Amino acid sequence: MAAVQSNAQKAINRAAVGLVVLVTLIYLVPIYWITTTAFKPRSLATTVPPTVLFTPEVTAFIKLFTRRVQMISKVAPDVYAKAPWWEQRIYDLGERFIKDSDGHIELSAYPSRFLNSMIVAVVSTFLAVAMGTLTAYGFSRFRLPGEQDWLFFILSTRMLPPVVVAIPMFLMYRAVGLVDSHLGLIILYTAFNLSFSVWLMKGFIDEIPKEYEEAALVDGYTRMEAFVKIVLSQAATGIAATAVFCFITAWNEYAFALMMTNRRAQTAPPFIPSQLGSGITDWTAIAAGTFLFLLPAAIFTFLLRKHLLRGVTFGTIRK
Amino acid sequence: MLSTLDPGSPAARRGLSDITIRNLFIIPTIAFLIVFNIFPLIYSLGYSFTDFRASTNAPTNFVGLQNYRDLLNDDHVWNNFTVTAKYVLLSVGGQVLVGFGVAMLLNREIPFKGLITTLLLLPMMMSMVVVGLFWELLYSPSWGIVDYALGLEGFDWLSNPSVALYAIAITDVWMWSPFVMLLCLAGLSAIPQRLYEAAAIDRASRWYTFRRITLPLVTPLLLIAIIFRTMEAIKTFDLAFIMSTQETTELIAIKLYRLAFQEWQTGPSCALAYMVLIIVLAVTNIYVKYLNRVKER
Repeated sequence: MAAVQSNAQKAINRAAVGLVVLVTLIYLVPIYWITTTAFKPRSLATTVPPTVLFTPEVTAFIKLFTRRVQMISKVAPDVYAKAPWWEQRIYDLGERFIKDSDGHIELSAYPSRFLNSMIVAVVSTFLAVAMGTLTAYGFSRFRLPGEQDWLFFILSTRMLPPVVVAIPMFLMYRAVGLVDSHLGLIILYTAFNLSFSVWLMKGFIDEIPKEYEEAALVDGYTRMEAFVKIVLSQAATGIAATAVFCFITAWNEYAFALMMTNRRAQTAPPFIPSQLGSGITDWTAIAAGTFLFLLPAAIFTFLLRKHLLRGVTFGTIRK
Repeated sequence: MLSTLDPGSPAARRGLSDITIRNLFIIPTIAFLIVFNIFPLIYSLGYSFTDFRASTNAPTNFVGLQNYRDLLNDDHVWNNFTVTAKYVLLSVGGQVLVGFGVAMLLNREIPFKGLITTLLLLPMMMSMVVVGLFWELLYSPSWGIVDYALGLEGFDWLSNPSVALYAIAITDVWMWSPFVMLLCLAGLSAIPQRLYEAAAIDRASRWYTFRRITLPLVTPLLLIAIIFRTMEAIKTFDLAFIMSTQETTELIAIKLYRLAFQEWQTGPSCALAYMVLIIVLAVTNIYVKYLNRVKER
């Protein structure tokens, strides 16, 4: 009887493994597709039936970073021969780079938008995690009247729909000249991530035995020294995980960026879809931009895999 | 909690007192959140009773509850709420089915389980805009791989008013089912194996075991996932805004954006924002209450 059951169990297990593999493959198709489209020649990006096998090339990335015009006539053979390989790829398409009077190639708006995303995400993450860690320590180790209410208040700010906050913030920013500025976005993202950072860090700090600090206090440390030397080093993993979550949120944020920026401080999320203008869309360049933009999130997912559950539940479920 | 130090002890005399440190650590954060989250809301509450338009210099008049009355009598706004409700049901329902299903499949010995789980979690970490954008490519009626895979030649998902909302919901399900899966997996793996062994000794049927052991023990975490996803689905802006411009996909957040930043009806948009805010806060309240209850167990 037991053997029969375990055979049936084995069959079910095998079927489940097969199904898991199938689901995973289906799940990965969209990611696979966007990645391969970035490396396809433009003529193969939108074929029927879809092209699966092709020689990968990086032309889409060259196009993504530069500004180009159509050439009326063919390029002179000697110019072509002297050009570096990446310029030749562009000549092959019947296009040429736009260059300034010194011969420097003009860059597209993408690198500056990418840089804006980086600046805003890094600075706001730093602020949110620094303030969040201190506040979490305060809540974790000291008594405060109405502690639960304050924690709820902090969490509730995270739940506000961005569009709701954005309307009055836009009016205030316009009054003080923060519209389309890095600082304006940094403040918004810091406020948005702060509550998350407090909750997540409180979970991590609660886990550090308070006996460590008590022992340090007995040894003659001040409370501040004990916090810096013991709590911060014990919470290093937690701080790193929190920082990565905050970074990804700020990096991916779209609604605030759309409403608060338009040129100078615009980040990549509102910029990438704006390339989908009228006329013929070059999906390979869009896919290339998307691919580069998704890369940090993908890398961080792998680094964070052990902390994901904690992160998505605001530190309350630890496993 | 640390016992407060005796004021006369040597440790308390050196450095900052505990109360000072506590205030120094907590007050800036709370002040920051009040200034940049609560103050704007008070500001916009004021505007919601006026006919203010941020695009003109015309004088602003106090109109009382007129904005709220107009919005509640506007069929378009009701349509936005209906679309949002439908979207929430479709996407959260889909996520629960897929997420719970995959979690059940994954809850066993599987080669490369860690790698598979991580791969499945990738979409959740991506930018909604970028996901919306590349699903547009997948849904393309002329060369999209969705139509190709399903054998539907030239079927237009996103320009078709009756299908567009479903197409967006499918994308959302793809993106967020892993979230539900992650929570369900945590719940499933916490179920003590001895419960199943006991059930096997009693020769309980699979269905009975599932209904009496698995389901009740996963429910708390599954409910957290459902409430959280519901909250996020009500707020959805990015995905639907990028993927479609149909009236049948105009979620309440999109309506709010158009009213505020395209039509520049600042006063009415503040009123609508308040209506959305009340709904979201109600759901948030349920979420936090529930989270606390689960945490206590």
